[in-house]
Amino acid sequence: MFSIEHITHLIDAWLYGNLPPTLALLIECLIVGLAAITLFAVLGLVLVLMERKVSAHMQIRLGPNRVGPGGMFQTVADTLKLAMKEGLTPDGADKFLFNLAPYLVIVVSMMILAPVAFAKGVQLWDLNIGVLYVTAISSLSVIGILMAGWASNNKYSLLGAMRSGAQIVSYELSAGMSLISIVVLTGSLRISDIIASQQNGWWLFKGHIPAVISFAIFIIAVTAETNRAPFDLAEAESELTAGFHTEYSGMKFALFFLAEYVNIFIVCAIAATLFLGGWMPLHIGNWAGFNHVMDYIPSSIWFVGKVFSLIFLIMWFRWTFPRLRIDQLLRLEWKYLLPISMLNLLLMTLIAINGWHF
Amino acid sequence: MAFLNKYISDVFGAVRSLLKGMRLTGYYFTHRREIITQQYPDNKEQMHLPERFRGEVVMTHDANNEHACTGCTACELACPNATIKIITKFDISPEGKKKKALDTFVYHLELCTMCNLCIEACPTDAIKMAQTFEHSVTDRSQLTKKLNKPGSKIREGIE
Repeated sequence: MFSIEHITHLIDAWLYGNLPPTLALLIECLIVGLAAITLFAVLGLVLVLMERKVSAHMQIRLGPNRVGPGGMFQTVADTLKLAMKEGLTPDGADKFLFNLAPYLVIVVSMMILAPVAFAKGVQLWDLNIGVLYVTAISSLSVIGILMAGWASNNKYSLLGAMRSGAQIVSYELSAGMSLISIVVLTGSLRISDIIASQQNGWWLFKGHIPAVISFAIFIIAVTAETNRAPFDLAEAESELTAGFHTEYSGMKFALFFLAEYVNIFIVCAIAATLFLGGWMPLHIGNWAGFNHVMDYIPSSIWFVGKVFSLIFLIMWFRWTFPRLRIDQLLRLEWKYLLPISMLNLLLMTLIAINGWHF
Repeated sequence: MAFLNKYISDVFGAVRSLLKGMRLTGYYFTHRREIITQQYPDNKEQMHLPERFRGEVVMTHDANNEHACTGCTACELACPNATIKIITKFDISPEGKKKKALDTFVYHLELCTMCNLCIEACPTDAIKMAQTFEHSVTDRSQLTKKLNKPGSKIREGIE
């Protein structure tokens, strides 16, 4: 049967069989880097188009429909336009930090890609603290945003960056709490262990109501962490023009834009891995026949399907809900999400200790 | 305890209202026939404009080339940016009485903002908003229009 794992093993065996080990390792690193960059580019194009189409249909519009069949090449045309534009640096800006910030943001997104399992056996780095690594690295992206806001020497940018800082710092708590509740059930931070533990059913279904609550809290918190509506105070077009990337143009702006969409992909991939079993097909307990049928669908399709359904959910939020005020945003986190997720973690621990989960 | 009850009902109320909103957008997302976009240059033949669409001011004439304008200049006074200029004349009735009547209804399309105030001001419903909207011309003078047709006169019985 077709599988990406098979192909990667073939390439690996061929490289090590025909080249000195150091060179083979270097070439493998190069291939992985190229694959990551290609994934980024494709994700940017696909997700921006998807967002525009989804938003259009939710607002009873048609969306892009002129460039290519059904507007398919609209984002390609937009990217070409952005690539040809001048990357302006304002006179009053801190030149070094201003130019560094977009790269920092995109590098952080790339680093979170490392422990994500895209299909069975397709994982860049299966480190033993995968979940911790993801939470640690994802909090770095706020540095890039603060850097962009500060270096722009523009009050809109600075305000947007400060809001973003307050927002990410507070929402990381409940996102972390809901991740921990799954770690409590699994007993491991390693991504491959977490996926393997969902062999007989996804945690969303196995963990009773506490798992559903922590899933809902995680989705809300990551929507806030990726600075998307209804939590897009960092950008808030109507108040701050474009927030922290007001002064950016051309490809540097495109990098911020790309990072936003890649971050959505990554947080949805993490949510899919922890709550929906990653690449694991839908298995129900001991129904051997049903499980066998599900196994025929390739694991990569399972993963992509789950991630894109979650991305659609987040887009659905964005085009339905109005934006929160900054005080409402912080009250939601500190008075509702955090106490609920703490109580939920307690319940989850009780379930895990007594073995009440399936 | 009352505090806790309020807290819990707040959470459930919020979730319910958010789901209600998502149900509406979800309905729009799955029902393509709700889409209201008109792909304008492609659908010129079957284009459907709303009834109250305001394209330009026109004067209605019936089959006998008669209109209902008395030349009262209510529209001219109502217009916020001097789009309308009414030029009046005096008709001599068969009994020898002089009567004020419309000579020329000058309409400057280039000044009009389609605010509909003239139509509301008109006591005899002589003018209305038309649905035409392709107004581009190559010369500015073509935008100054005379609304009453040549040789037209006021309908009998309209004061």
